[in-house]
Amino acid sequence: MANSASGHPGIANGQAVDVADIPAMAVPEFLESVARAIEQGMRASAFFGQPLEDGRLRLWALLALDNQSLLFPYRADFDDWHYPSLTPRCPQLHWFEREVFEQWGMEPRGHPWLKPIRFHAPYRHNPSAADSKPSPQIGVTDFFQVEGEEVHEVAVGPVHAGVIEPGHFRFQCHGEEVLHLEISLGYQHRGVERNLIGGPGSRSIHLMETLAGDTTIGHATAYSQALEALSGDQVSARAQMLRGLALELERIANHVGDLGALAGDVGFLPVLSYCGRIRGDFLNLTALICGNRFGRRMIRPGGVCYDIDRAQASELQRRLDALEKDLAVALGLLWKTSSVMARFEGTGGISRQDCEAMGLVGPAARACGVERDIRSDMPSGIYQFAQIPVSTCGSGDVYARAHVRWLETIRSIAFVREHLANLPAGEIQTPLSPLKPNSLAATMVEGWRGEICHVALTDANGHFSRYKIVDPSFHNWFGLAHALRGQQISDFPLCNKSFNLSYCGHDL
Amino acid sequence: MNPTSFSLPLAAVVLAPLVPAVINRTKAWFAGRQGQPLLQGYYDLAKLMGKGAVYSRTTSWVFRAGPLVSLACVLTALAVLPLGGARPPLSFAGDPVLLLYLLGVARFFTISAAMDTGSAFEGMGASREAQFSALTEFTMLVSLAALVKLGHLPLPAGVEAGSPYSLQGIYASLTATMWMRYGTVLLLAATALMVAVLCENSRIPVDDPTTHLELTMIHEVMVLDHSGPDLAMIFYGAAMKLWILCALLAGLLIPMRSGNAWLDAGAVIGGIFLLAVAIGVIESCLARLRLLRVPQFLTGAGVLAIVALLLAFWV
Repeated sequence: MANSASGHPGIANGQAVDVADIPAMAVPEFLESVARAIEQGMRASAFFGQPLEDGRLRLWALLALDNQSLLFPYRADFDDWHYPSLTPRCPQLHWFEREVFEQWGMEPRGHPWLKPIRFHAPYRHNPSAADSKPSPQIGVTDFFQVEGEEVHEVAVGPVHAGVIEPGHFRFQCHGEEVLHLEISLGYQHRGVERNLIGGPGSRSIHLMETLAGDTTIGHATAYSQALEALSGDQVSARAQMLRGLALELERIANHVGDLGALAGDVGFLPVLSYCGRIRGDFLNLTALICGNRFGRRMIRPGGVCYDIDRAQASELQRRLDALEKDLAVALGLLWKTSSVMARFEGTGGISRQDCEAMGLVGPAARACGVERDIRSDMPSGIYQFAQIPVSTCGSGDVYARAHVRWLETIRSIAFVREHLANLPAGEIQTPLSPLKPNSLAATMVEGWRGEICHVALTDANGHFSRYKIVDPSFHNWFGLAHALRGQQISDFPLCNKSFNLSYCGHDL
Repeated sequence: MNPTSFSLPLAAVVLAPLVPAVINRTKAWFAGRQGQPLLQGYYDLAKLMGKGAVYSRTTSWVFRAGPLVSLACVLTALAVLPLGGARPPLSFAGDPVLLLYLLGVARFFTISAAMDTGSAFEGMGASREAQFSALTEFTMLVSLAALVKLGHLPLPAGVEAGSPYSLQGIYASLTATMWMRYGTVLLLAATALMVAVLCENSRIPVDDPTTHLELTMIHEVMVLDHSGPDLAMIFYGAAMKLWILCALLAGLLIPMRSGNAWLDAGAVIGGIFLLAVAIGVIESCLARLRLLRVPQFLTGAGVLAIVALLLAFWV
């Protein structure tokens, strides 16, 4: 364990720690420490409540200090049902504080936009509240409204014209210009975190694999690493490498699909068709390894379920070479078509300052010039030994987000090719020991959308007393809303696609 | 009146749904796909005609009238549409204005039906359509005016002249000799008309006919609430409108005035399908313009038309 400048203990990504070793803070000290740490450059990777047996609520803040590859867990037990909101000082806690309020009724006083984010009934009941409020109706809240002549409101969703996930979007427009966009989600809320309490059970891994179906490998890896941290078992280098290859293949397939979809959104159909086909072929590479295009049943705590033999490796290499050529042609056409570039450039821009303030992650953050990539900031698994360069682009617009995806795709292909050729030896599965009691394990994985953060807390018997999942979409949805300000409403689908956030990963 | 003049609208009625199909096949070829069957448009129409229509309780008769009136307008417009030198059933001085404003009435009713639903999307689409069509209407009018101003050279034998202010009169005069002499004017007018064809038929780079994204659509979003036979009428009307505008452009680009109406009309029909291929190529090579840039694009076409008219006065 390493300590921060203020003496607070820090842990590495994928490390478990006894909860007793994390100093319990008084509430004012907790709030001040968290706010100050964020103001000094740490990031909130997770911020959540854990109910205690005596009815009080323990708030946890997991702050990431990227340049030292350390995570700092803070905790404090709250007697009251309210506390002064941190959002005015740290905008990146905006969504987290709303989540804590919705789940546990803990009111952040002074929060500028205290509304539900998933529209479920609170997980604990406040006995002192005079009358119990009716349970929230999904999508019913006091939306921000702009008034005036010529201002009009456009409501989109939750049912969309395309076959996509449900979400509700409210635009306040002046003509074609968007003054404000408010995003209201929660339609996919399944109660995953509550289901995991008392686990891990036999269904836990399936919940993880379907948190966001397109991030199966990412979430399953984060979960497996959390379990391995809590059990104290080591996974073989070979299994770690196979996980890394699966994660990169997932990244490549999704990025290629997104680049094609971006072309489709500006009406440039050839690249849409080419990339659609190529994405499918990349998914087939994952299927070649584990029999499922989305990598279901590939990753399991203790290792992986499927090995790559020599014949498979050479087949993968062969297909990878062909796909890389096809991809270069398809995307070459995209970058060379000036009418496409005219649409991408300057659309949906986010400044670097705003990006840092909102705490964006993944390609969206790297497109603003922020070098933020868990694979190099807080490497775990195979990334401790095999590096991938961080891909950034400065302009923060749709072009930058597309360009970052393209760079990452190239580098991931190079990574897969290099490591397929010399896979380390070893078993692919290690049986896990029982989980350590009264511990906390935090794991972070750079999924294709960005930072996936899992925090597991165990009780005295080594079962989950709380399991917190932060999908990258949770950080980034507000970034999308922000990027639309002052843009054309007709550019929304393009901006939306350039973020391509998960609804179910957010709604859990 | 002769049999050929009645066979022109008939050809349009039968062949119009084939034009979007040719565009689709061209785009599919560029995308490396096989594409839908050429007759898919007809299958779709048959399927839709067999369905029931759903009407929102918030709509009035305007919503139901929209597709019907629009289709009636474009069908009426066929009566004055020449195919190259071939004479349409009706022809009189000033019929270009009738044709353009029949299209205008069709648009008015489509827009009214969209507004009638009270949906924010359809209102947005209607406002975009109204804005852009105002610009193309001007372009088309000025382009046709330039053609009128060029006047007549002696016509080949067998070509009916008609009034110089009628579409028949304009198109009968567009011979190969005219292209030799007034090529610049004709080329400018043709370019302006091409932009009008793309815009009026909601093609790339102005609109994207294949998108499913409500917020970016122009024409498609206005017809989201129509279903069944109403939707069939809209599809059929859209194909007919594409036919009419392509016929105006193809009649200009193909200067075949042999005097044999069957031959002349056949050449223009061939030209219509070549134009469909050209539209498919344009759609495959270009992305959509940002919506803010569309008026500039359309105004540019308007300027070309004006230059054509000025040159027509001068030459």
